[in-house]
This record gives sequence, C-alpha cells and structure tokens, in this order.
Amino acid sequence: MKQNELHQPSMAARTKRNTLRLMTWTILWVISVALLSLGPQLIWNFDMVMTTVAIICNLALGYKLILVNKDYLSGLDELQRWIQLNAMGISLGVGLVVGIFYEVLEDIKVITFEPQISHLIIIMALVYIVSIFFGNRKYS
Amino acid sequence: MKNRLKVLRAERDWTQADLAAALDVSRQTVNAIEKGKFDPSLPLAFKVGRLFELAIEEIFEYE
Repeated sequence: MKQNELHQPSMAARTKRNTLRLMTWTILWVISVALLSLGPQLIWNFDMVMTTVAIICNLALGYKLILVNKDYLSGLDELQRWIQLNAMGISLGVGLVVGIFYEVLEDIKVITFEPQISHLIIIMALVYIVSIFFGNRKYS
Repeated sequence: MKNRLKVLRAERDWTQADLAAALDVSRQTVNAIEKGKFDPSLPLAFKVGRLFELAIEEIFEYE
C-alpha cells in the first residue's frame, strides 16, 4: 500500500467534521425556534418587524440545516448510510403510525388532552437514537 | 457473501484501519465486510479488487 493512500483525510476525520457542522447548525436552528416561539411575547412585545426578522432567520437556518444534514449523509460510507436509512425508515414509520393513533385516541375520547406535535417529535427522536444504537451494534 | 478480505489484509500486514483508509470507508465497514455481516456495493467491491490487484470473484464468493 502506498504511503499517500494511508495518509488521506480519514473517513473518521471527515465524519467528525461533518458531525460538528451538523451540531452547530442544529443548535443555531433550535435557538431560532426558541426565539420565534418566545421572542414576540417575552422580548419584543409582538413587534411585527422583529417577528418577521425572526421568521426569516428561522426559515433560513432551517434551510441551511437541511443542506448540512444532506452533506453529513453524503459524507458517510455505505454501511453508515445503510444504518441511517434503517433508522430514518423506522422513525418515519413509527412517527406515522403513532401520530395517527395518537390523533384518533383524542377523536374517540380515550385521551382528554389535545395531542401535541412536540410529543410526536420526541418519540421519533428517541426511536431514531435507539435505531442508530442498535444498527451500529449489529455491524460492530 | 463470503470473502477473503481478512486473509488478503493479513498477508500484507495491514490493519483494518489501514484498509479502511485506503478504501475511504470506516473501520466499522471493513470489520462488517470481513465478518460477512455486510455486503459491499459493486463500486466498493471493484475498489477492493483494484487495491489488492485481484478480480472481484477472487475476493468475494456468492453463497
């Protein structure tokens, strides 16, 4: 094996860099969501200009987050992409099934409170994390 | 699929990390292929063949 082949930027280094980018943009997006949710009431007293700026920031950061996430997935190797695909497929399936089920429960008065989208997102995130964990364990 | 990746790697005294770097994949992927847990794509199989200067069928065997 040629030495220069051994000293190319490693897969691990590339994944680490992309993960850090993804983490940074995720944090920025979460901050923009918090600002958009709480800012109008707690900081700028429903000023429309400030609210519009917050909306634009949130959408722009959301768009960037999608692009960075796409880059992250593109930077993975085929096994890692396979693990991600399985995890996302399971999360999406669980999200759909549990989401509809949760909504129906309220319609038929089995639960008395209104279903919240945040509950569904938490469930999908947990399922995704567990799926990634077991996917990595399966191929380790 | 069975494969001779581990043997070929050992003959050259390479670690899994060396092979992973040469193939631009993670060490986890090399390990999974060696253990037969994961079948590589055709482009990756060609890359492996080129690296070891062998035909794909000399490395991988369909069961």
